[in-house]
Amino acid sequence: MTTTIPLPRRYSWQKFLPIVLPPLIVLVLVLVVWQILCSGSNPRLPAPITIIRESWHLIVNPFFDKGGTNKGLGLQVIESLRRVAIGYTLASVVGVSIGILVGTNQLINRGVDPFFQVLRTVPPLAWLPIALAGFRQAETSAIFVIFITAIWPILINTSVGVQQVPQDYRNVSRILRLNRWEYFWTILLPASAPYIFTGMRIAAGLSWLAIVAAEMLTGGVGIGFFIWDAWNSSRITDIIVALVYVGMVGLLLDRLVFYASKLIVQSEE
Amino acid sequence: MQSLPLPAPLQSPVELPFLELRDVSKFYPTSKGNYTVLQGVNLSVQSGEFVSIIGHSGCGKTTLLNLVAGFTRPSQGFVSLENQRITAPGPDRMVVFQNYSLLPWLTAYENIHLGVKSVYRPQNATEKRRVRQIVEEHLELVGLTDAAHKKPKQLSGGMKQRVAIARALAMRPQILLLDEPFGALDPITREELQDELLGIWERTKVTVLMITHDVDEAIYLSDRIVMMTNGPSATIGEILTIPFAHPRNRARLTEDPQFFTLRNQCLSFLYERFALDIDHD
Repeated sequence: MTTTIPLPRRYSWQKFLPIVLPPLIVLVLVLVVWQILCSGSNPRLPAPITIIRESWHLIVNPFFDKGGTNKGLGLQVIESLRRVAIGYTLASVVGVSIGILVGTNQLINRGVDPFFQVLRTVPPLAWLPIALAGFRQAETSAIFVIFITAIWPILINTSVGVQQVPQDYRNVSRILRLNRWEYFWTILLPASAPYIFTGMRIAAGLSWLAIVAAEMLTGGVGIGFFIWDAWNSSRITDIIVALVYVGMVGLLLDRLVFYASKLIVQSEE
Repeated sequence: MQSLPLPAPLQSPVELPFLELRDVSKFYPTSKGNYTVLQGVNLSVQSGEFVSIIGHSGCGKTTLLNLVAGFTRPSQGFVSLENQRITAPGPDRMVVFQNYSLLPWLTAYENIHLGVKSVYRPQNATEKRRVRQIVEEHLELVGLTDAAHKKPKQLSGGMKQRVAIARALAMRPQILLLDEPFGALDPITREELQDELLGIWERTKVTVLMITHDVDEAIYLSDRIVMMTNGPSATIGEILTIPFAHPRNRARLTEDPQFFTLRNQCLSFLYERFALDIDHD
């Protein structure tokens, strides 16, 4: 069997082994140490084998739906991602628009920049009580928290990107006498795209951090409330499985924005 | 196929000064009073002339070019093109920059197309087809038809500068402004492009104002060389007329004893009479 395709096989192994093996070894080591540390009778935190045994139904069945908030982790994550998608999209549209306005107008920039610098340091969850007071609705408030978390890096990066448009490109546009509309589409937007995407990537990470925390407080279906609910029901093994999901989805989101930016942005180098 | 749309030579019987700089000074206000870059520059360029400006760094060559391009305005005096005072940049004075200044997100074709479109502002399908045709003809003129749909990052330095030259020519400028166009290229590519530029100029007779550091380049290409004194308060020190007939041939030119006489005149101006004071630089 193996003799029929020996070359490509060996080749791919040689290529991927140095990439796959080191993290695999670390994973096994961590699990072994964890297992040993948490193996006494009645440990405070469950050992890996205990987690697999007790949360097996969650691991093997991510899409069960028993009504209410009793849903598989896949469905919980999808619900959280839906909120992130709405808040993040709104933040991107508003952030890029205001960022361009602020970046192109020095006077407006001077007026609002100090406030942006203060507002962006406010932790996401600190916005939640105000959102709840304003919207009187948990769902809208959770989305607002994502929006207000994601908007600052997008807005600030966009406005910096707009200000960084190289003088050479502006000179070209002055010689060609491009009108505002042409200047916007052919020079301003493409030239600031790398900055905009950097902001959007930071914002994607922050959004995911914020939704998990916000859902713990607002309740309903979602990975954040799932974790909080599991804690209240002393299902520690479920929490750890959920954390693995949270980490994986966060990584996927980051990669997604990264590859989207690579696809769209044309850098000079 | 139609012939190349090259600008027709001007047929005016009277050779009015085409480009004129009259008593041009440029100073920038600083905390210690005005800093004078250029002082009392007078220069007339005829239509179809190839004029080079040579001088040390900081002699205001680029300021001079920026004044003609319209990026800056003179503090005193005036700059005019065909009796029209220059106050702002425009497509009739296209600049070819040392760093090419192509938009990296557009292909070679699209970069040229943007320029041509901005000049002709096509309204209907016929005019749009005409614009596309002009772009294709100019890509062919610089030998880049095959690279039309490549982005600048996929092109070599020489190819990028070819695109920039094609973009400039395709816009049919009244005067072509070259800001050390070959300064960033390796010596072999530089010679190739000099030959191409000379060939294009000999066919189109477009008026050219070129800044350069390279004495050989200036002699090989120009009708006249404007030598600048050192800044601050730089002005035109001397104007050298290059008598060689066109079409020129590099090999034959560099064997001509007159070439060396001119070369020595340039070099003695730059390195003896206006040598840079090292301590000051």
